[in-house]
Amino acid sequence: MAKGFVVIDVDRCKGCGLCTHVCPSNILALSRDAFNAKGYHPVIVTDAEKCIGCASCARICPDVVLTVYRQKRQTQRVGVQAAVAVAPSA
Amino acid sequence: MGIQVNIPEDMELVYSYPAALTERSTHYCPGCTHGIVHRLIAEVIDELGIQGQTIGIAPVGCSVLAYDYFDMDFVEAAHGRAPAMATGIKRVSPGKIVFTYQGDGDLAAIGTAEIIQAANRGELITTIFINNAIYGMTGGQMAPTTLEGMVTTSSPGGRDHLIAGYPVQMSEILAVTPGAVYITREIVADIPSINKTKNAIKRAFMAQIAGLGFACVEVLSTCPTNWNMDAWKAMEWAKENMTQTFPLGTFKMTDAVKALKA
Amino acid sequence: MTKELLKGNVAFAEAALRYGVQAYFGYPITPQSEALEHLSERMVDEGRVFLQAESEVAAINMVYGAACAGVRVMTSTSGPGFSLMAEGFSYIAGSEVPVVVVNMMRGGPGLGNIQPSQSDYFFMTKSAGHGDFHPIVLAPANVQELIDMMGLAFDLAEKYRTLVFMAGDGALGQMMESAELPPMQPVRTERPDWAVTGNADHASRIITSLYLDPTQLEQLNLHLQRKLAVIKANEVRWREYQTEDADLLLIAYGMVGRICLSVMREAREQGLKVGLLRPQTLWPFAEARIAELAGKVRGILVAEMSAGQMLEDIERAVKGKVPIHFHGRMGGMMPMVDEILADVWKLAEEVGAGSRE
Repeated sequence: MAKGFVVIDVDRCKGCGLCTHVCPSNILALSRDAFNAKGYHPVIVTDAEKCIGCASCARICPDVVLTVYRQKRQTQRVGVQAAVAVAPSA
Repeated sequence: MGIQVNIPEDMELVYSYPAALTERSTHYCPGCTHGIVHRLIAEVIDELGIQGQTIGIAPVGCSVLAYDYFDMDFVEAAHGRAPAMATGIKRVSPGKIVFTYQGDGDLAAIGTAEIIQAANRGELITTIFINNAIYGMTGGQMAPTTLEGMVTTSSPGGRDHLIAGYPVQMSEILAVTPGAVYITREIVADIPSINKTKNAIKRAFMAQIAGLGFACVEVLSTCPTNWNMDAWKAMEWAKENMTQTFPLGTFKMTDAVKALKA
Repeated sequence: MTKELLKGNVAFAEAALRYGVQAYFGYPITPQSEALEHLSERMVDEGRVFLQAESEVAAINMVYGAACAGVRVMTSTSGPGFSLMAEGFSYIAGSEVPVVVVNMMRGGPGLGNIQPSQSDYFFMTKSAGHGDFHPIVLAPANVQELIDMMGLAFDLAEKYRTLVFMAGDGALGQMMESAELPPMQPVRTERPDWAVTGNADHASRIITSLYLDPTQLEQLNLHLQRKLAVIKANEVRWREYQTEDADLLLIAYGMVGRICLSVMREAREQGLKVGLLRPQTLWPFAEARIAELAGKVRGILVAEMSAGQMLEDIERAVKGKVPIHFHGRMGGMMPMVDEILADVWKLAEEVGAGSRE
């Protein structure tokens, strides 16, 4: 069972390849034959079982192509910082 | 985004589309780091919960259409004038969060007076400075931050300091002003540096929220198209070459800024 | 309210404050620096926003920013500073935010001198910098008018979401006259529904003058032209003195308009039937009325502190119906009553409206 899971918004991808260089499991590649609506070769996952859900791909993607999921941890963890109080507006 | 996918039950969301970005696909080139920094700013704004209070100022440069990508109130400044516009907006709307997003021509050439003066006044604004050592929008001309020897369409023999002067080190210059409370130079060239840049951006926005003073994050960025490289090679080139002229690091951080929990 | 002895620059500054100006960003330049100085104290007293910017370039962009945020805002300057602001004017016009700018004209071109002139007429009326546009231009001739027109300037700027210039000159800025200031008006607390205030309570607003698609930019320009047509139809202002039976018509604005009032009275005493038309708006311009009067008089004398700028608009309106003479002084020189009067007589003799014998 893969630890992580990635959803690719295919038509947003510009085939820049940055994500393929940072994936620690080396499971991202630009598709050779497929084209998306923009005319680029979009990224594909070559071996979904090896995904660890680290989100490196999402963190380097300039086009917000990737949504990342990961197995829930045993201990509860705050995923997003609580909002900092903002001064009342003028 | 309307993608129907079966997410396994025991999985949780780790990364998703920032709320502070519009859904519009950007016009930036493949691999352009504008996209990364836009995303980081949006993530920070989401985390700080300030989307409804934020007003952005777009520059002239490739990111002239930044307002199409951030879902917040935005204005378009003349080239270099964003810090002056930001000053006008912030002074009459002190409870809002005001940030400028500027390229190297915008900030370090035509806009040098405006940015230094805004910093010197300790203007309560946040500036994100995208330094990719070239003029992208207009077709690859020399920028004030173009490296010595770098070939551009207006320095075909490579930049020569005897003619064009030296690359301008804006973070070092801004750090000298008493009004600046947080001046740092980062890079977006791999995951660790991207994470670090995000943290710096967050601290810079928090400095404004806390009313501390002027904050600027210079982000060494790439321009794959005008550097004539693919996106990843451009990042490697930036890491290797730009950091020599533009050393990474924090040039100014007051104790109050340091104490912020970014 | 009682009358006080007021210096022109101080008068318009204090008037702006009382008409509810919320922010002033300016830069010192003679002959209007007293306005900046006065507001540096009064704006702070009244809890408004004041900042001396690092340049006129910065000042106009601060004004532009504050205008985008929806507040009543202005700046003031003179020729060289006005030139620096031109880029800002164009952006303000294209993005349709209300801004008021006072230009106390001085001798030019270039650094020129600090004496009065009217040589920015073309610059102010023909465009707002690059692009197709006309700001509204108001032309006060005395300190009271300068005060009253400040209120009008803000109202017009906000009514039409446009750029309004006040065409003063160094003499008007420096002179002291008895005039009445308006009572203090409350400062507006609401921001207009197009202003950038953070999208917490509205869909994101973008204020820009950039429209890369030419079909869109043409639409914007057509919209701006329609707006200008409405302004033209509704906001022309001028004053006439003894034009009902005039053989000769003087046309002059601002300080020269005021001097020509004396010329007119002198000429009448000397037996010439002279009338005066004093434009109070330089744009829109009283071309229809001038064209009408051109059909009734025998000659027109235009007087300006320039090489003849308003003169061209008058020639266009008159279409050669009657001879037009011009009396101009440049470089900061002010025309004197007797010098203009001499030219009135020359005109009178040429068109057979009187002779000195």
